[in-house]
Amino acid sequence: MNIVVLCKQVPDTESKIKLLGDNSNYDQEGIKWVLNVYDEYAVEEALKTREAGKAAKVTVLGLGPKRCEEALRTALAMGADDAIHVEDPALDGADAFAVAKALAGALKGVDYGVILCGKVAVDDDMGAVPQMLAELLGIAQVTVVSKVEIEGDTVKAYRDVEGGAKEIVQAKMPVLLAATKGLNEPRYASLPGIMKAKRKPLVKKTAADVGSSAAENKTKVAGWSLPAARLAGKVFKEGELADRVAQVVKLLREEAKAL
Amino acid sequence: MSNVLVFAELRGAEPKKVSFEMLSAAKQIAAATGGQVIAAAIGDGLSGLGAKLGAYGATKVFVANGVAKYSTEGFAHILAGLIKQENPAVVLLGATAQGKDLAPRLAAKLGVGLASDIVGFRMDGNKFVAKRPVFAGKAFTEVTFLAAPAIATVRPNVLPIGETNGAAAAEAVLAADLGGPKAQIIEIVAGVSKRLDLTEADRIVSGGRGIKDKTNFKILEELADVIGASVGASRAAVDAGYADVSMQVGQTGKTVNPTLYVACGISGAIQHLAGMRTSKVIVAINKDPEAPIFQVADYGIIGDLFEAVPLMTAEAKKLLA
Repeated sequence: MNIVVLCKQVPDTESKIKLLGDNSNYDQEGIKWVLNVYDEYAVEEALKTREAGKAAKVTVLGLGPKRCEEALRTALAMGADDAIHVEDPALDGADAFAVAKALAGALKGVDYGVILCGKVAVDDDMGAVPQMLAELLGIAQVTVVSKVEIEGDTVKAYRDVEGGAKEIVQAKMPVLLAATKGLNEPRYASLPGIMKAKRKPLVKKTAADVGSSAAENKTKVAGWSLPAARLAGKVFKEGELADRVAQVVKLLREEAKAL
Repeated sequence: MSNVLVFAELRGAEPKKVSFEMLSAAKQIAAATGGQVIAAAIGDGLSGLGAKLGAYGATKVFVANGVAKYSTEGFAHILAGLIKQENPAVVLLGATAQGKDLAPRLAAKLGVGLASDIVGFRMDGNKFVAKRPVFAGKAFTEVTFLAAPAIATVRPNVLPIGETNGAAAAEAVLAADLGGPKAQIIEIVAGVSKRLDLTEADRIVSGGRGIKDKTNFKILEELADVIGASVGASRAAVDAGYADVSMQVGQTGKTVNPTLYVACGISGAIQHLAGMRTSKVIVAINKDPEAPIFQVADYGIIGDLFEAVPLMTAEAKKLLA
């Protein structure tokens, strides 16, 4: 059984987001690019599964411009075996549907039992590609997964839902699992791992190879805006703590009407 | 062709609050598209949904009864069938654990577009334009749709509930046919918390690195009990093992939108602020007067949370008695 892990490169979560002058996109100047944090959990789970003898090979699959190679190399350095990079200007601005279609195309002829990925990418926060891909491939999905048990060709996944509850979902392979925090602790790439990663196979695919492009989009981003600045309020630092707390509680009731 | 379909998500057999929020939004959308608000519900032991959803604006409610458990593929199968039959212009689902899992699968099945977790919308003539946060609210995008229907998931607790005095809607039966899903829920493990999920909570008391130990969350729980709040945590508190990951608020946790957010011992890292900055009223309690959290707080108390929080609990108890 082989595992495919979807990997996306995103701005680091500590990034300040600024917009371009015409509000058509965010300004990518000076952004530090990293492997999406939820995808790290997915990579780690795939590696652990292989190390437990339940998978033979871990392939990472990414889509995006040239720089996305770094995210794929990070996953290879963690221990993945090989990589597929869908890179084509025709996919610039592809929406979730067009990306899912491209990934489905990239997986044609690839043998897999499990697809692992993050539950959401922390840039566009759409959280849609995994489910769309599962539908296009006609396979089972479990999202927001915090625990996985594999027995033969049966996968049991714990899905986090509201209020700390978990749905235990069972399906036969092939199955797509979208990881959340808590699934595992991703390893760091070791120095030998990083050296080895440079020589691991990374196959490029074009939009034509995967049969999708931004022409497949079903949505369009019409413009960007920034949130209104939140003004600092009243800070209570002088006097007895008990009096200050009492004042704030009173204001919460009378001024803010929040109690 | 111009109707608006709301998937009314249920808790047990009752509609969730977000279902009412979506019906109110749907009424505004339908006014622009010149259609009606229709609703769909899937569950078990359902009754009276025509009246319950009609009050908020639905004119027809399609009910699939006898489905005891959620199924991604099964629910997508039922809703896709209904959408093909009714041809709505816009379809709304809640941006909840269920809606977030379901909506993209449904959109792909129909070959249409999705905007997830929307916090607002406008009508450009009869075209639906969704507003949604990206980078956990550090920015927003407006999304237009190139295929019909437009599908969106709506963030709970954001859109206002309008009139509640609508007439009972007609009920129609929807076949409870899941279409042979490949994945099944075999067990549900109840959460330990009896509080509302953070994404639905109207009040939240949150702890950060300053809480210093798992057991100290007790003082936040006590305040939460008094003011009817849910309890959250910062990434620092979760990573230090003080709190469960389901409690994390921020860019890599939950984005929350309560009326009141009380941040205790939270410095206010950019990724935490991203997840809670849309709270209507923010209170910060922190020893460090330089903590960035004070730049977004409506009311800041500089002081030790271990003293200030119990004092606040006592004050709130007096006030709410």
